[in-house]
Amino acid sequence: MTSIDVTHPASRAAGRDPMLTVDDIHVYYGNIAAVKGISLTVFPGEIVTLIGGNGAGKSTTMRTISGLLKPKRGEVHFEGKRISGLKGHEVAERGIAQSPEGRRIFGRMTVTENLELGAFLRRDKGAIAADMDRVFELFPRLKERLVQKAGTLSGGEQQMLAMGRALMAEPRLLLLDEPSMGLAPVLVESVFETIKKVNEQGTTVLLVEQNALVALNIANHAYVLETGRIILEGPAKELAHNDEVRKAYLGED
Amino acid sequence: MSTVPANLFRRPQLTLMQILGYAVLALAAFVVVVAFIDGPRTFVQVVVIGFSNGALYALIALGYTMVYGIIELINFAHGDLFMLGSVLAAIFLEERLNQTSSSAKAWMLLAVVMIAVMALCAAFNVTIEKLAYRRLRNSPKLAPLITAVGVSFILQNIGIFMNGSAPHSRASVLPQSSWHVGAIDIRLKYIVVVLVTAPLLLLMTWIVQKTRIGKAMRATAQDRDASLLMGINVDKMISYTFALGGALAGAAGTMFVQVNGTTRYDAGFRLGLIAFTSAVLGGVGNLLGAVIGGVLIGLIQGLNDSGLGFFPGQKWTQTVLFGILIMMIIFRPGGIFGSHQQEKV
Repeated sequence: MTSIDVTHPASRAAGRDPMLTVDDIHVYYGNIAAVKGISLTVFPGEIVTLIGGNGAGKSTTMRTISGLLKPKRGEVHFEGKRISGLKGHEVAERGIAQSPEGRRIFGRMTVTENLELGAFLRRDKGAIAADMDRVFELFPRLKERLVQKAGTLSGGEQQMLAMGRALMAEPRLLLLDEPSMGLAPVLVESVFETIKKVNEQGTTVLLVEQNALVALNIANHAYVLETGRIILEGPAKELAHNDEVRKAYLGED
Repeated sequence: MSTVPANLFRRPQLTLMQILGYAVLALAAFVVVVAFIDGPRTFVQVVVIGFSNGALYALIALGYTMVYGIIELINFAHGDLFMLGSVLAAIFLEERLNQTSSSAKAWMLLAVVMIAVMALCAAFNVTIEKLAYRRLRNSPKLAPLITAVGVSFILQNIGIFMNGSAPHSRASVLPQSSWHVGAIDIRLKYIVVVLVTAPLLLLMTWIVQKTRIGKAMRATAQDRDASLLMGINVDKMISYTFALGGALAGAAGTMFVQVNGTTRYDAGFRLGLIAFTSAVLGGVGNLLGAVIGGVLIGLIQGLNDSGLGFFPGQKWTQTVLFGILIMMIIFRPGGIFGSHQQEKV
């Protein structure tokens, strides 16, 4: 595997401190290593994407950042403070929300209740209501389904709900794990539009995608994962034109 | 999501099960009607007693069902917690506060004692979960189950220590008089139990359905990891669940002594099994089901005790109740409401 000459990190940082640093984490399920030494950095305001095939360790990385898994080695820092070793809810308290792989919405609760739970840590009732309206603006479909049990929604609607729920936390860093999974192509486009909009409104985004082309299109920076390691990294625009990437992930010969 | 295909698959079988179900219901209705014709006065009195007992079973059954809903553990120590509640309530009210007869002051003190016992039982239950069950949360299911049986023995021995090994008869401060409605006597104490229990059940429903904590508890019951991502402290929610279940067991214990006039260290075993049957009848994990199951079991027990019509009488009550438990587990493990699962916690 070749590595493209990465733009010098200092220029990407542009004098900013990193928001999230993942430093050489190794994560195991039992005795099986799913992540074997991944390091990555997210700067405030960026959209950073992790791309790679099945079993590359993308979701494991996301779960580790959110504190659902403990790295056997390595550390995760958020806004200068160590968050590896914290419990999942403590990581959420720091301002990291995740829309997890497989949506994981609360199927036996209503759409409204799901969104309310997204704002579980917040006490500012007025702002919560305003944010709920914002979510409905982004996903008008959800507004028609308020009192419906989330488990009865279609796959695409559930995906919107999962993302809306994560947004309700008003996170500083939003982790999105496969937000386009199971969506019709038209919806994929609108979900990515949404991600861009959310980012422009000031939320930093770390995005996991199998749909590499779209992900590279909206991201600033990208990491390519394979079997638990990072094999390539660089500005998204450059990676999108990298032959290696195009062959492996964009289906070109 | 998966319920739709499951129903489609089951449809052909379901018709046979439905016919059987309706047959059982028709038979039950027939037996009840015959019992009513056999002795209408006794019937009404027995139904009142049944409701009163059923309300207590519902309180205990909720504790089983809530804990099962959130950590999928059948907490076999729950009945014994109820027993401790009954012993504590009797000791406080009769021995410490010297209340042995019905008076306004005694009722006030009974209310105070009930709240104190609820708080104590809640604290016990939370402590038990922290010390015994929490560290086994990721172990195979059998480990916490056996631990629960062990905790049950520990609580029973605390019961022996406080109450002695023989049943202890206790005074009641509830009004011992009856209400005469036409030719029917209704003992007031049973009405009091229903009046105390119903608001508790409503309060519980409100907490679980409407409050922020209740929603977080339901979320934890559905998906622990997703709850953590929402910033919900899952350990805390599990503690709250044990606290609520414990408080209900304490309330049930307090009222149980007042109605039945005895405390015994092994009361939790039998009552616990009956309440567990109620929970199974309503579908373990289903809150509303536990309440309905409790009331149904109370009614069946009352009617059977009366020996009216075709009911075989008191000697057979346990056989009937646990027969229902076995039948439910074999034919309808999801409870009478089956897969129409309500909210669980």
